[in-house]
Amino acid sequence: MKLIAAMSGGVDSAVAAARAVEEGHDVIGVHLALSSNPQKYRSGARGCCTIEDSHDARRAADVIGIPFYIWDMAEEFHENVVENFMAEYKAGRTPNPCLRCNEKIKFAAVLDRAKNMGFDGVITGHYARTVDTPEGKTLHRAIDPLKDQSYVLAVLNREQINGAIFPLGDTEKVDIRLEAERRGLAVAQKPDSHDICFVPSGDNAGWLRDRMGSEDGPIVDQDGKQLGTHKGAYTYTIGQRKGLGLTVPTADGSPRFVLKIEPVTNTVVVGAREDLAVTSMRGERTIVCGPEITSGSHRGFVQVRAHGAPLPATYLYENGYLTAQLDEPLLGLATGQAMVIYDGDRVVASATICETA
Amino acid sequence: MSIYLDHAATTPMSPAAISAMTEALARIGNPSSLHTDGRAIRKDVEDARDLLAKNIGCVASEIIFTGSGTEANNIAIKGIYWQRNESKSRRVVVTSAIEHQAVLEPAQWLVEHEGAERITIPVTESGVINLDALRAIIEAHRDSIALISVMHSNNETGAIQPIADVVEIAGDIPVHTDAIQSWGKIAFSFKDLGLFAASLSGHKVGGPIGIGILVLRRGIDIPALIHGGGQEREIRSGTVNAPSIVALAAAISKSQYNSEEVTSVRKAFEAKVRAALPDSIINAEGADRLPGISSVTIPNALNETLLLLLDGEKISCSTGAACTAGVHRPSHVLEAMGLDEDAVMSTLRFSFGSTSQSADVDAVIAALPSVVDRARSAR
Repeated sequence: MKLIAAMSGGVDSAVAAARAVEEGHDVIGVHLALSSNPQKYRSGARGCCTIEDSHDARRAADVIGIPFYIWDMAEEFHENVVENFMAEYKAGRTPNPCLRCNEKIKFAAVLDRAKNMGFDGVITGHYARTVDTPEGKTLHRAIDPLKDQSYVLAVLNREQINGAIFPLGDTEKVDIRLEAERRGLAVAQKPDSHDICFVPSGDNAGWLRDRMGSEDGPIVDQDGKQLGTHKGAYTYTIGQRKGLGLTVPTADGSPRFVLKIEPVTNTVVVGAREDLAVTSMRGERTIVCGPEITSGSHRGFVQVRAHGAPLPATYLYENGYLTAQLDEPLLGLATGQAMVIYDGDRVVASATICETA
Repeated sequence: MSIYLDHAATTPMSPAAISAMTEALARIGNPSSLHTDGRAIRKDVEDARDLLAKNIGCVASEIIFTGSGTEANNIAIKGIYWQRNESKSRRVVVTSAIEHQAVLEPAQWLVEHEGAERITIPVTESGVINLDALRAIIEAHRDSIALISVMHSNNETGAIQPIADVVEIAGDIPVHTDAIQSWGKIAFSFKDLGLFAASLSGHKVGGPIGIGILVLRRGIDIPALIHGGGQEREIRSGTVNAPSIVALAAAISKSQYNSEEVTSVRKAFEAKVRAALPDSIINAEGADRLPGISSVTIPNALNETLLLLLDGEKISCSTGAACTAGVHRPSHVLEAMGLDEDAVMSTLRFSFGSTSQSADVDAVIAALPSVVDRARSAR
């Protein structure tokens, strides 16, 4: 096949591209420039798309022996990912920009462009597996549970999954690094990236404050009694305990947690730990990742965080909404996060959480 | 073998230059040394300087060898500015809107670090500077202008600029020209043009990469950027790069560049592009242009996609200006000519040189329709 390898400059995408070449595919490497004003150097494990990262990707392509280009996707990234990130926070939700990037950039803008240019698909270094079935490919967890990234890929529809190639899903990360060494890839020991690539400082709240300003507002308890003042509601997240700056203690001295963010009134509602408990959730913008979901309820697992545990649940897909009833309550669940349904290790569907109870 | 149509980026070293350089690399001696070995190398350098001076239309002492054309531009822009603005009365730097980054960025650096003011000469739709605008600028700022820098021809469109007119209008204001694309391709005489300074580059004329020339009028002392042993008129210190200088002289004296032939290859290319892609546009068509540069807008196709697909067909061309990360920015040259953003991002540069043949044109034309189709659907 003729394939585009998306190369971030990290070890995973480099090994993924090398493996595809070894399997006999005709591969070209593409580094996505996602920032219109890239930083020169990478600092630690944070950020990406620095000039240094694009250099690392280029050198990996040299070692693998494939052509290499840089695609400027900064505008698409800003419009679809960065602006959405801010808008979601503004609306009192907690978005996951990595999912958004996979959905709108890597497996949409890039895959579309690749296909129209005559390529068959896009290779990435994500840790996930696909399985060929008569109805097309299905998406599955990677064998390395610590690195599994199927959660952030659960926004891919069937067509996108069919165009995606994940060569690393059957290998553990430690072995990928060893393989990179063996292949002579200089990025073999490069640190993994964490956090949000466009917030290189890692300080989400500060980043949001710089761009959206900060308006003080009340922190109230569930009865509406003001307990303190916050510096911009969107810099808080559900379940957050630290940084509330409350001086009025609770009657029994137990800590308070953020229960709710109300963007319209710029209010942060706090309460006791047990008030964070959630047993059901409803998601919108449902994406079915494999075979259609039949009507009626099904047993499966729901995962609500990138590295969260799969929680046993009963789920239902109806009128475009995905709902899940948890067997056991979960503490602290923010709207805006993705709920991903698994059937064993297979990704069934995802949706953006819009209601919890 | 690729079909190489990016001669404006760099052109193959001529066989004469390669052989002269190989020979020179094997000889020992620092041209600044006083002994026989050093003097022998020095003689080679000075012979080369004499030869180059004759070709450039200057006297030998007006040639300052540098490490690149960019360095020559930097020395000229900053050096002339510092010399002329010593009494803080001449802080205006005038450039055209279509200069190479190697002129624009030093000029901008002077604005940001040395208190300079930049004034830009606009260009016409054909990519040629507007002389009336230049007259107006000089009228308004005559006594405060440190220098005027206008390129001899543009690297993206090939549009030749009216440098003789610029010099005449400038009067006693120093004029520098970046003649990197013109030298060796069309007539260029430093003396006849009455220039104050000019920048040239070796690798655009069949010489090696890593050698440039600043031609600076005799008797003018400008502050140095690089201090050291005082080589090259105490303006550009550093061990004189004898092998590259000798190779450059060989490239010039035994040049295989035939302007008429290159022009006819380029014209055949443009005629065939127009026939194959009737909605394509040749930029700066109304201007006198260099023999070998063709800037083509292919509507509704992204140039970076076109480049990738052409590269896949083993055809090398360019999207214009590149930056360090390899992400190309919209061309300021095409923008200055009034092209809208879509047109700018749909423009490719094909450039032809002494090794270009009509078979190269046929290969591109054969590949273009399918490449353009794919690029258009990938938009």
